[in-house]
Amino acid sequence: MFRVIENRMIVPNIHLLEIEAPAVASEVRPGQFVILRVNEDGERIPVSIADWDREKGTIMTTILTIGGTTGDLAKVPAGADIPTVVGPLGNATAIDMFGTVLCIGGCYGIGSIYPIARALKEKGNRVITAIEARSSYLFYWEDKLEKVSDRIIHITRDGTKGFRGHVGRILEIMKASSETIDRIIINGCTFLMKRGTDASRPFGIKTIVSLNPIMIDGTGMCGVCRVTVGSNTKFACVDGPDFDGHQVDWQELLQRRKTYVREEAVAFRTSRCEEHRTKP
Amino acid sequence: MAEPQKKKLDLNRREMPKQPPEVRKHNFGEVALGYSIENAVREAERCLQCKKPLCVSKCPVEIDIPGFIKSVAQRDFTTGIKVLKEKNLLPAVCGRVCPQEEQCEEVCVLVKKGGQIAIGRLERFLADWEASQETVGIPEIPPSTGRKVAVVGGGPAGLTVAGDLIKLGHQVTIFEALHKLGGVLTYGIPEFRLPKAIVNREVDYLRRLGTEIVPDFVIGKTRTIESLLKEYNAIFIGAGAGLPWFMNIPGENLNGVYSANEYLTRMNLMKGFLFPEYRTPIKEHKQVAVVGGGNVAMDCARTALRLGAETRIIYRRSREELPARLEEVENAEEEGIIFEFLTLPIRYIGDENGWVKEIEYLKMKLGEPDASGRRSPIPIEGSQTKLSVDAVVCAIGNSPNPLIPATTPGLTMGKKGNIVADEQTGKTSMDRIWAGGDVVTGAATVILAMGAGRKAARSIHEYLCSLS
Repeated sequence: MFRVIENRMIVPNIHLLEIEAPAVASEVRPGQFVILRVNEDGERIPVSIADWDREKGTIMTTILTIGGTTGDLAKVPAGADIPTVVGPLGNATAIDMFGTVLCIGGCYGIGSIYPIARALKEKGNRVITAIEARSSYLFYWEDKLEKVSDRIIHITRDGTKGFRGHVGRILEIMKASSETIDRIIINGCTFLMKRGTDASRPFGIKTIVSLNPIMIDGTGMCGVCRVTVGSNTKFACVDGPDFDGHQVDWQELLQRRKTYVREEAVAFRTSRCEEHRTKP
Repeated sequence: MAEPQKKKLDLNRREMPKQPPEVRKHNFGEVALGYSIENAVREAERCLQCKKPLCVSKCPVEIDIPGFIKSVAQRDFTTGIKVLKEKNLLPAVCGRVCPQEEQCEEVCVLVKKGGQIAIGRLERFLADWEASQETVGIPEIPPSTGRKVAVVGGGPAGLTVAGDLIKLGHQVTIFEALHKLGGVLTYGIPEFRLPKAIVNREVDYLRRLGTEIVPDFVIGKTRTIESLLKEYNAIFIGAGAGLPWFMNIPGENLNGVYSANEYLTRMNLMKGFLFPEYRTPIKEHKQVAVVGGGNVAMDCARTALRLGAETRIIYRRSREELPARLEEVENAEEEGIIFEFLTLPIRYIGDENGWVKEIEYLKMKLGEPDASGRRSPIPIEGSQTKLSVDAVVCAIGNSPNPLIPATTPGLTMGKKGNIVADEQTGKTSMDRIWAGGDVVTGAATVILAMGAGRKAARSIHEYLCSLS
C-alpha cells in the first residue's frame, strides 16, 4: 500500500498528488512515470512523475481528471492508501549539455517538464521554459519553473497571459527574440506535442516528446502502448516514453488513444454509482 | 513423417464431468468440474503400482505418482496430498493445466488396457480435496539458515523456487512486477480453465510458509539485480516471456488488434468482463479472429466467445499440427469456435476511424516437414481472401522480457533475447545468479518452468550450504 500524503486541486481539473513510494523515489530520474491503481478493482494507469523527495521517500504527480480512474484518484483523501504505485518506469529523458533547450509543457506536462528543466539547468544548459494553457488561471508551478529556467514564456489561447495563441507559435516567438534553440522537449497532451513538433519541423530542431499511449502493465508485456516511430513499431513503456517527435506517426497515436473513449464515458458516469455495483 | 497424432483419451478411464458446452459458453465458471471421491478412488484403484514407474521419469518435477495414487485408492487423502506436495507446490494448478498426455500419462502402461491412469485428474482431486478441508497443513520448517534469496518474478518458476527454498529454512523474498502474484497463471490463463481463487490459495500457502512477497516492484527498474546482490546471497530470475510478438504485417497497429497478452490481461488480471464495476474496459466485439494455434490462442478464442463474439481461430497449418492440447481444442470445438485452418493473415484493413474491419489472408497447403518436425505451410498463389472482423488477437508467442538483461550487463544472453542458463542447475554466467522458466527457454509450459525452478532451487541450496 502507498500512502497519499497530499491531494489537492491546484487548478481546475488538475490534481497534485504527493505519494509515499520510497523505492520509486530513490531511483526516479526526469521523464519517467509510474503506474497507479486507485483501489482493488481499479485499472492501471500511467502517470508522469513531476517531482520527488528522495529523503522523504515521496513522489509528486500532476493529474488531469478526465475519466473514471483519474476521477477516482482525485477523490482519494490525504492520509489514505492506494494499492499500486509501481516504477519508475520508462527510460529517463536524455540530459546532456545541449546549449539552449526549449522545454514546453502543457496541462499535466507543466508538472512533468519541471524535473527535466531542472536537470538541464544543472547540466549547464540555457533553459527556456514555455507553458501553454487555455487561460491564465490554468497555470501552476510558475514559481518552481522560474527557479530552473533562464526565461519563462506563457502562451494562452485567450491571451490573458503572455502570448496569445497556441504552442504552434513558439518558434516564431523564439525567432522574434533572436533565440537559437538547440533542442526542444515537450511534455503534455498528445495534441500539444503534435503541434509543437509540427512547428519545429521546418527548422530541423531535434524535438523530443514524451508519448502517452494507453498502457496496462508498463513493463513491455501487453504491447497496447505500441507506437510507430520511423517505420518501426515501438513499445512506449520500455522503448520510450521519449521519442523523436519528427519520427512519430501522430495520426496513429491519436487514433489508438481513442480506443476506449466510449467506455471511459461509461466509467465516468458510473463512478458515483456505488449502489448499482453487482460484484459480490 | 509428421508428428504422431495426439491420442484421444480412452473412454475406459473415468471421465471427469464438465459443464455442457451450451451452458459454459455463456459463463466464466470452470469448464471441468473434477472427480467425486468415488470416481477418484475407482480411477486410482486401476493403477498397477509399477516397480519402475515410467510416469515419474516423465514428470518435470519428479512427483511420486504411484505413491500418491496408492493413497487415493486407500482413501488416505491426507497422506496423498503430502506425497504430492513433497515435489509439487502447485498441484491444483498442475492438475489442471499440465499437458499430462505428453508427459506422465503418455507412458502409462495401461494405455492398452482401458486407458492411461488419469494422473492429472487425480492430482487435481487431491489438491481440491485439501482445499475443501477446514485446515490446510503446513510442513515443519527447519530453523532459519540466515541465508537470503531473492526471487525475481512470481510466476510458476519463481513460486517453485520460493517454495523449495523456504522449506529448507532459507529466507525468501519474491519480487513481482504486477500487483498480483502468479505470473501467467494470473494474467494469462482464463478463469474457466484455472480459477483465480486457486492461484491465490497457492500463493497464500507460500506466504504462510514465511515467504516475503513484494508486489508492484520491477527488478530492472525499481531496483537492479546488482543492487539485490548486495543484500541477498543468491538470486533466481524467473521473469517470464513477457514481450509479445507481432507478425509485422500492415495494419497491426489498427484499433481492435490486440496481443494475446493484452487481451488476456484485460480479462483475467484486470477483470474486464466485469466492467464498469472493475475499471478496466474491454470492447464488446462481434466477430473476433484469433491468430495462432497454441493454448494461448485457444484461451483467447474461448474468452472472446464467452463475451458474445463469433470467434475464429486462424491457423496456418492443419488440425494435426495444432500445438494446443487436444483437450483444449476439443473444448473449443464443442463450444462453437470456428477453425480456419491453412490460412495466413497478410494484412489487416481498417475503416475510416482506424478500426480493423477485415483480415486479408492467404490459403496454404502443407509441404515437407520443417525443423519442428511439423509439415511446413506453403502459400497458395492467388488465394487471397478477405474476412470481416472487428477484432484480431495475435497469439503467436512471446520473447523473454528485456528489462533485466538491459540493466544487468554481466549476464550472457542468447540469440533470442533469452538468459543463458545451465539446463541442469539453472546457473547463469554471473556468480550467485540463477535463472529458469520462459526467460531462459522462451515461451513454454507451466510445468517446464516449475521443473527448471526445482533444479535451480536444488543448486541454490547446495550453494547456500557451501557458505561457511
